[in-house]
Amino acid sequence: MDLFEYQARDIFEKHGVPVLGGVVATTPEEAREGAEKLGGGTVVVKAQVKTGGRGKAGGVKLAHSPEEAAEKASEILGMDIKGHTVHRVMIAAGAKIAEEFYFSVLLDRANRSYLAMASVEGGMEIEVLAVERPEALAKVAVDPTVGIDQAKADEIVAAAGFADDIKAQVADVIQKLWTVYKEEDATLVEVNPLVRTEDGSIVALDGKVTLDENAGFRHADHAELEDKDAADPLEAKAKENDLNYVKLDGQVGIIGNGAGLVMSTLDVVAYAGEQHGGVKPANFLDIGGGASAAVMAAGLDVILNDEQVKSVFVNVFGGITACDEVANGIVQALAILGDEANKPLVVRLDGNNVEEGRAILAEANHPLVTLAETMDGGADKAAELANAAS
Amino acid sequence: MAIFINEDSKVIVQGMTGSEGQKHTTRMLASGTNIVGGVNPRKAGTSVSFPKGEGTVDVPVFGSVAEAIAATGADVSVIFVPPAFTKSAVVESIEAGMPLTVIITEGVPVADSAEFFTLAEAKGVRLIGPNCPGIISPGKSNVGIIPADITGPGKIGLVSKSGTLTYQMMYELRDFGFSTAIGIGGDPIIGTTHIDALAAFEADPDTEAIVMIGEIGGDAEERAAAYIQAHVTKPVVGYVAGFTAPEGKTMGHAGAIVSGSSGTAQAKKEALEAAGVKVGKTPSETAALMREILS
Repeated sequence: MDLFEYQARDIFEKHGVPVLGGVVATTPEEAREGAEKLGGGTVVVKAQVKTGGRGKAGGVKLAHSPEEAAEKASEILGMDIKGHTVHRVMIAAGAKIAEEFYFSVLLDRANRSYLAMASVEGGMEIEVLAVERPEALAKVAVDPTVGIDQAKADEIVAAAGFADDIKAQVADVIQKLWTVYKEEDATLVEVNPLVRTEDGSIVALDGKVTLDENAGFRHADHAELEDKDAADPLEAKAKENDLNYVKLDGQVGIIGNGAGLVMSTLDVVAYAGEQHGGVKPANFLDIGGGASAAVMAAGLDVILNDEQVKSVFVNVFGGITACDEVANGIVQALAILGDEANKPLVVRLDGNNVEEGRAILAEANHPLVTLAETMDGGADKAAELANAAS
Repeated sequence: MAIFINEDSKVIVQGMTGSEGQKHTTRMLASGTNIVGGVNPRKAGTSVSFPKGEGTVDVPVFGSVAEAIAATGADVSVIFVPPAFTKSAVVESIEAGMPLTVIITEGVPVADSAEFFTLAEAKGVRLIGPNCPGIISPGKSNVGIIPADITGPGKIGLVSKSGTLTYQMMYELRDFGFSTAIGIGGDPIIGTTHIDALAAFEADPDTEAIVMIGEIGGDAEERAAAYIQAHVTKPVVGYVAGFTAPEGKTMGHAGAIVSGSSGTAQAKKEALEAAGVKVGKTPSETAALMREILS
């Protein structure tokens, strides 16, 4: 889960990372109050969106008074930045910046470890720096069983070439940022820029934090960091039912078991769609291992509520799940949904108890259900039906 | 021969007395796995009775992994405990010197995986998973949750991140059979990689050809492609799931730098093809490519 800048700022503050004052606002009036709370002087009004390039898009503006902060907030709120609507701004205290640096610590998948990166050439886009001047970006491996202790922080600071007079201060901030990474179960903590102010303090001016959702069980407070405004209504509904669903732009609804098989099903349907008027998969929906009637009904309910959907392809390989249970699930789900089930369903079952499963569907003989023998055949049929109904 | 497990493997189950553990221990026993014990400190000294064939078999419960190894000579552990307890279970297995630990549990915090992987490397023991279906050498041993009745022994080696896609591919090629099929798991940090499995299949005299299944995210497939080009002489057929999947949201900017790749299916396919691997667009097309090679 990616956090907003203001959420990252709050988490930094909680762990003692030096940050400037910041107040989140959803209306110009709140922005004015926020600017007053910060002393009434110069502030920066910053769009809160989970994408880069907001400065260039006009989402970051200077304001010299609370009234001007309200004005700038009203300009920024509602803006569209790379497809992200701005629902909030952060009113941040102004700072006199002397120098800008870069620091991050993140998961290093390739080495199955952690990596710290630091540069004294901060402020610019780090992807650009990494390509154009890789020698300016220090990369230091971090042992997950040790973390960033004083010795490791000193190593990072030396590798990046921080000036002698600020080395100790930066090493201290880096250790606090490690505390954020470790204590909050983050997979990314990035500060760009990390600045030295004119009065000599080291401050994290902008932060990006990604939290590991698998670690949610040991962070009850992380649930409230979720951005509920951003979720598609169908995605929100799916989430309430613990379904792993992603809305896409297409006409063939997809239900399957296991992330890999569902991804593969999307591909096969997209290829089949090329022969049937260019119809595409409408969603990703993984019902997981136990495809009970209730889970199947919840899944079908979400998909059938997607107005774009013209047909549904249910593709299940019964590994642990028995196909007869899946078939019963489909029959019961259709009964539960009644008239709401109004789009054709193509069902392909294979694996554990497949004969029993197919027999149950054949017996039920539901007018909306077509049985498919293979994954390819099912995808083709579902695409054909979607195209015919479009 | 087979890779990582064979008919001599002695397997213990951490979490055997839980509901998932009991269910899958029953299935593993039914498919011929030599299960020599379970671990649960609160139930040490007892035993659990499982149905096997016409009768039943009693599997002893030990207080620790170390005790289980001392008593039985176990060389594989399979873990079915909830995410919150997985790290301590894996660490216990590593510290007891267990040569192979298979972690089925889904939803393990990545920080925990990073820690136990680092420990396993230092100790020189192998982990498979987490968040994986396990490993099967049909007719010899089955450690995890892969259904044993999809297909039998044969000459194909299979390595995949995904469970159900593993089953689908075993099913597509069920008339050929498999030396070993291994599901390495889809988490960002996993104990055994595509490359580890490819190296083992290359060295395994029972494996004639290899199917490698990947999916979007990270750059494991690209690195596997480079490895294949340099080290694998056996034919490899590839499949990558997720050509039409939306861009992932979990990876931050800095992460993209580290992986050095966008992680798209197309990029992975191109890397594999550049290494001489034939890549299918769908599971059935991938199976057809393997048929051509074996017939």
